[in-house]
Amino acid sequence: MSQQTRFKRSRLKPASFGDRVFDVMNYTLLIVLTLCCLYPLLHILFASVSNPTALMAHKGALLKPLGFTLDGYKLVFKDNSLLIGYRNTIIYVGLGTLVNMIMTIMGAFVLSRRDLYFKNFIMIMITITMFFGGGLIPWFLLMKDIGMYNNLWSMILPTALSTWNIIILRTSFQALPLELEEAATIDGASQANILVRVIIPLSKATLAVIFLYYLVGNWNSWFNAMVLLKDRNLFPLQLLMKEILVANDSTATTIGSAGGVVINSAQSATAFRELVKYCAIVVSTVPILCVYPFLQKYFVKGAFVGSIKG
Amino acid sequence: MEIIRKNRKVDSIVKTGKPKNTKSILKKDFKKNWFAYLLAIPVVAWFLIFCYGPMWGVLIAFKDYKPLLGFAQSDWVGFKHFVDFFQGPYFWRVVKNTLLLNVWGIVFGFTAPIILALMLNEVRDGKFKKSIQTITYMPHFISLVVVAGIIHIFTADEGVVTQILQLITGKDYTSLLGYSSFFRPIYTFSGIWQSVGWSSIIYLAAMSSIDPALYEAAEIDGIGRVKKMWYITLPQIAPTIVILFIFAIGGLMASGHEKIILLYNPLTYDTADVIASYVYRRGLREASLSFSTAVGLFSAVINFALLWITNKIAKRTSEVSLW
Repeated sequence: MSQQTRFKRSRLKPASFGDRVFDVMNYTLLIVLTLCCLYPLLHILFASVSNPTALMAHKGALLKPLGFTLDGYKLVFKDNSLLIGYRNTIIYVGLGTLVNMIMTIMGAFVLSRRDLYFKNFIMIMITITMFFGGGLIPWFLLMKDIGMYNNLWSMILPTALSTWNIIILRTSFQALPLELEEAATIDGASQANILVRVIIPLSKATLAVIFLYYLVGNWNSWFNAMVLLKDRNLFPLQLLMKEILVANDSTATTIGSAGGVVINSAQSATAFRELVKYCAIVVSTVPILCVYPFLQKYFVKGAFVGSIKG
Repeated sequence: MEIIRKNRKVDSIVKTGKPKNTKSILKKDFKKNWFAYLLAIPVVAWFLIFCYGPMWGVLIAFKDYKPLLGFAQSDWVGFKHFVDFFQGPYFWRVVKNTLLLNVWGIVFGFTAPIILALMLNEVRDGKFKKSIQTITYMPHFISLVVVAGIIHIFTADEGVVTQILQLITGKDYTSLLGYSSFFRPIYTFSGIWQSVGWSSIIYLAAMSSIDPALYEAAEIDGIGRVKKMWYITLPQIAPTIVILFIFAIGGLMASGHEKIILLYNPLTYDTADVIASYVYRRGLREASLSFSTAVGLFSAVINFALLWITNKIAKRTSEVSLW
């Protein structure tokens, strides 16, 4: 096998018997683990295009779709509340991530100034919030008092900053050579100029990583929405997904029985409701899964900077 | 947190050039850094309002807070709510569940990514390694709601996991989320499923910076793969492990309420209800605002104490610490 030859070339000595056994076990375990990670996603995907009645009757694992139909997706895209949820999520993610990035860059810039008199004071003030907080109820009461309840801003401002991301970005700003800034200052650049023309372009990789963190966080967030939003027209996709999938609330969705597909019996209505679950998962998850391959190359750098240097 | 401190030298060089008088320092500072201070205003304001504001609100734990009366008008009751909680029937249940779920999380959830990273580190084939990583990262990007949905689907009466369990044990199970004895395994292992790949990145990054000369020397000595892992790789990434462990302990009492709220139900409260979910239910669902604030404050205090103790131990034993 080509893998085996590659091993041998990279080593000083040929692989011993024990090492070969190790390799076989290692590869096998890794493949099993990878399949475990992949399978649930495939299952959802297969189920989402399966014939709903066949799906209802099926037990256990799905290794391929049972028949083929796009009716579930048709229902999902005809459902008004889900479309509104999609729109809301896009607004919250777009606006929220923009605010996140601007605020984080500002915070990181301030903390990366080496000669700022109040730098340590601000740093301590920010770090404390990583270990102490008021807790859910005082936070909720305050949000209500300051008008962060049941409007667009309740999804944007309370999550405008993450201390952790400020610190990640600050570390990256600080790692830039001081000479660059000095040269720019000599050339007559103001601090604003330095930030926009020197620091930000040189920190693209870290910016990409925290952009991804915020983007994924905003796309997937539901708890704040559940606590802070009352008006269904403001609900983000994930909160609607909670109603469809988890249905601890009595407000479970009625999508399965609506829409353009004619459903005859009560049993097939249930079947379609099941099908819609799978389609809704795919529709709400695929966009965010599409983002990450583009940013994957920055992960290692970002994770490393974030966790070790502090 | 300060393992790598390369930039500190620069700080001291700049600082020595400053004049002594505070007033003139400030004047000079504002003149030079007015732009930075301008940017600091919204950031500091955000922290004051959204982080420090709620800290002030914690005082309602010592009051009998009535929304209609407001903060100032409500009566002080001292430690009444704390006493109510300690003497209440759910105190031990939520404390025990919080601790146990986190012990499970540390025993299985914390070690899993380390093991995965060690295994991946032994893979020489770049493409194979990359595809494994790409696939194992994926669940990290799926929202908690959808993950909970998948768990609900897989552990339903006809779900894959239920079916497999029936095959193995020969018993007939209905929806697994209805059994309180299954809650901890489901919670823990679904957590591993979601985060093992992602969490292993940091260890892999730490491993990539190990000096290859160490391995070469070991190879000359004829040491096998497993021993290399044990005697070289693991000790080399130990500082990373310690730091992440401190964080894990620090989050012990505070973790996971979102997922628990998505997965638990009255049938499984006796193993699933943790402090955070109890705070949520009592506070926001049943409007016992002061009581649940007191419960939250209790867990925050314990949490910080744990963090402090772990940090102290880490400092003594491994010279790695947060502060």
